[in-house]
Amino acid sequence: MNLTLLISPFIIALLAALLPSNRWRPWLPPVGGLLHFVLTLKVVFGPADTTGGLWIGLDPAGKLVLLLISALFLITSIYLIRYLKFHPQRQNRVFVACLLCTLGSMTMVTVSQHLGLMWVSIEATALCTAPLIYFNKTTRSIEATWKYLLIGFVGIALALLGTFCLAYSALHAGLQPSLSLSDLLHDAPQLSKPWLHVAFVLMLIGYGTKMGLAPMHTWKPDAYGAAPGAVGTLLAGGVTGCAFLCVLRIYQIGSVAGEFAFMSPMLIFMGLFSMAVAGVFMVGQKDYKRMLAYSSVEHMGILVLGLGIGPLALFGTLLHLINNGLTKGVLFLSAANIHRSYNSTTTDGTCGVLRRLPLSGGIFLAGFLAITGSPPFGPFISEFSILSAGFGAGKYVVSGLFLLFLLIVFIGMGSTVLPMLQGKEPKTTTRTPYREGFLTLAPPLVLLGAVLMIGIWIPDSLQTLLQSTVDFLEVQP
Amino acid sequence: MNPLLNALLVVVLVLNLFALGTSRLVTVIKIVSLQGVLLGLMPLLLEEDIAMPVILTSTVTLALKGIVIPVMMLRAMRDVQIKREMEPLIGFLPSMLLGALATGLALLFAKALPLADEHTTQLLVPAALATIFVGFILLTTRAKAITQIMGYLVLENGIYIFGMLLIGVMPMVIELGVLLDLFVAIFVICIMVNHINQAFSSLDTRKLSELKE
Repeated sequence: MNLTLLISPFIIALLAALLPSNRWRPWLPPVGGLLHFVLTLKVVFGPADTTGGLWIGLDPAGKLVLLLISALFLITSIYLIRYLKFHPQRQNRVFVACLLCTLGSMTMVTVSQHLGLMWVSIEATALCTAPLIYFNKTTRSIEATWKYLLIGFVGIALALLGTFCLAYSALHAGLQPSLSLSDLLHDAPQLSKPWLHVAFVLMLIGYGTKMGLAPMHTWKPDAYGAAPGAVGTLLAGGVTGCAFLCVLRIYQIGSVAGEFAFMSPMLIFMGLFSMAVAGVFMVGQKDYKRMLAYSSVEHMGILVLGLGIGPLALFGTLLHLINNGLTKGVLFLSAANIHRSYNSTTTDGTCGVLRRLPLSGGIFLAGFLAITGSPPFGPFISEFSILSAGFGAGKYVVSGLFLLFLLIVFIGMGSTVLPMLQGKEPKTTTRTPYREGFLTLAPPLVLLGAVLMIGIWIPDSLQTLLQSTVDFLEVQP
Repeated sequence: MNPLLNALLVVVLVLNLFALGTSRLVTVIKIVSLQGVLLGLMPLLLEEDIAMPVILTSTVTLALKGIVIPVMMLRAMRDVQIKREMEPLIGFLPSMLLGALATGLALLFAKALPLADEHTTQLLVPAALATIFVGFILLTTRAKAITQIMGYLVLENGIYIFGMLLIGVMPMVIELGVLLDLFVAIFVICIMVNHINQAFSSLDTRKLSELKE
């Protein structure tokens, strides 16, 4: 296990906290991000390292999420150089240090092989991201942070209760309780069933709150709406990805215990319900950042729905995790450019984006098409794969509803996005001094390229990684 | 069967109801602090041979839940000059009755749960369930940020009581619950440092409704 990978973000965060210069500090996250990304590539695609201990180690599922967060962080941190330059008067010491700590704690989630450590890491991500949401220091951001913390912490408390129940299920079955993943997977068939069920429900609700599944999603629109756009990328792609990994862990334990039939309806319900709620709130949504938050709720729904459909949909679900993370990056970063230029996040104050900011507007449009599942982008492939798995598993009603909700979301999102992009520039709104530059355009463009590439051709290394994750999660009967 | 432990748990349950029934914030803080002290004593009662990890758990819990957080809460309260919880969503008497009902149901429900033999005569599971529920009532029906935090603290106490089931086999895992206290501490710091009172002047979370839809 590469300890440098785990520790370097925290060391650089410490450096950021000590560095006195407000001007040079924003350069630290890209440096940390690059180092992290290189190390990640090394451990993910390098020779297999089996020296994982009781507490930490990298399995395929962890590798997949690690790759996603590392890539997203690198891109986001490059974008943030310009963002922080726009706000020279604001102290960015806390912001930058917390940003790097977020990377560190997300990495911890991915390498945790112990459910207790995993829980602590999730708690750490919640704590580190709160100051990021609060960065703008307006009444809106205070309110959003308060909600984010309160709802998030209740979720985390429930996840802890679920973890206790999981340990108790071993105790009740007369086994030596352990929270290490390998022990749990080994003992899973003997675990006490009722307590395992309770543990699953509590952990799904608890970590589902962190993912932002409906009905525990209420913090999400506020937090994403108030946070800087680039932070939205990290939250929607990275932190939710980590929470999803936690759900994957308990899902895997449940499947090995032979409880798929118990988990499946719940996952499907949560998935479809999240999609439906997102669809309802997206229709007529006036704030495009909040709209993106609801889109995130929808896609988290798709992920747990994919889990609920079963092993057939596993490949599509994991691919969708990557696709969603990358596409959210495209959308949040280009939306942040639009926000910067119009100084407004409502659709009333924003129109004619394609004329004023042809590049950001174009990227945003492409991102919209990608996230709603239009070919030739990546999400089309993964959503189609989940859908065909649904039909393949004989779940016709579920698959039908899935399609219906996708359609509603497409219409709802389109009715917000298209008027905003088209039309003439309003004469009333003043133009801020923002001009598009390389550092604000390249990051979303790179992500868009990646999304497009996955839609057309999945690289062999990614394909292998996805396949090994599927093999790792799939239960051999 | 541990009569002393069960007696302590009954006191915890009664304190829950008191916390629901009072409008004075100082009283709520004191009640929750007393609950914290009782919780800190429990690990010592549960273990026959008292080892280092158990003493550690006990001391940390007692110090945090019983002393540090209540003192911080009292300071925060003084800073923002609030004494009473006004207009809760559910009145004080009804919420107290609701809490009592929940406690009764928890007792019945815990009987139906499959428990390991050594836990069947203890009140740990029903007390944990009832306390978690009371925490939720406080958290969802009270408007003041401070009372909501107290609700969170009670919820967390419930989870801690549940963790007692595992203390013999994995004492360090119970310590995780103490980390939740960290949150609470941070919440309080938020209130003190962080202008919730300046921005909203009353610390009423219902005024935090700009983002509603």
